[in-house]
Amino acid sequence: MRFGVVTFPGSNCDYDAYAALKRVLCAPVEFLWHTDADLKDVDCVILPGGFSFGDYLRPGAIARFSPVMRSVIKFAETGGLVWGICNGFQVLLEAGLLPGAMVRNETLRFACQWVRLRVDSNRTPFTRGCRPGQILRMPIAHADGNYYADDETLMNLETSGQVVFRYVNAAGLPDEKSNPNGSRRSIAGITNREGNVLGMMPHPERAVEKILGSDDGLMLFQSLLGTAATGVDTPLRKRLVSDRGA
Amino acid sequence: MVKGTVRVQLKDGVLDPQGQTIQRALLQMGYDWVQGVRTGRMFEIEMEATDEAAAKNRLREISEKLLANPVIESFQVEVRS
Repeated sequence: MRFGVVTFPGSNCDYDAYAALKRVLCAPVEFLWHTDADLKDVDCVILPGGFSFGDYLRPGAIARFSPVMRSVIKFAETGGLVWGICNGFQVLLEAGLLPGAMVRNETLRFACQWVRLRVDSNRTPFTRGCRPGQILRMPIAHADGNYYADDETLMNLETSGQVVFRYVNAAGLPDEKSNPNGSRRSIAGITNREGNVLGMMPHPERAVEKILGSDDGLMLFQSLLGTAATGVDTPLRKRLVSDRGA
Repeated sequence: MVKGTVRVQLKDGVLDPQGQTIQRALLQMGYDWVQGVRTGRMFEIEMEATDEAAAKNRLREISEKLLANPVIESFQVEVRS
């Protein structure tokens, strides 16, 4: 599987995502430039975190009209894998590839902290290596991660299993204290109905090595690569396991 | 040239934490008659248009597409020449 990481003006997690894939996972990865509509035949497009176009107007609102996004929208509509992380999630919402919108954190503060995420669906290419209910630790870093959707949209998301990640406490339950931004239903990540587009506020690419505080983010990359523990035992996975054991 | 104004506001029912914080500050300052604050954004747009109706249509189009996010925001357009 080949990955493409989009760089918008103001993206700042593009190199993190690139490094996670290239250096930690030894996966083929390319940068995609925002003015370039060519997706270079990648299998999965990552819209990284950051502050595309300075978050002017609304986070993701300007990036959504970039030439590269016209291709990303077509790619997503034909089943291509698209993964929006943090600002990338905001871009996907603005582009209408995912339902709902982001508003300012309830606290009005920039939230920069570790969170616990519960995997509420492993029926996606991004989480198929996870157990349902598995808790992953990852950092968040955002001011506008307060997920909003109207009641009907929320109900549809829940009934069709599109809520993939929720902020939870140590017991694995969502509550007000463990919800860092006021998101409705403690939602941290959702997919589209087809499951090929994932948006999430937490940063898996910043949690790929123990020395960073957690390597739980690997689960998602490995799910895509088919190298997660419950996935196929490919040579890449063997190399990863032996690297990490060494 | 025509001058257009677009006002964008969070829809009723969408939480406005900034408005709430401003309201709390006003109450602390002693303005106890303040009953609610909703924040918004205003755009002044210099534009070409043949008449007022055409200008409003153009403003509505760009508001729906870019200036407002219809999931959470509503907008109003005004035109003066």
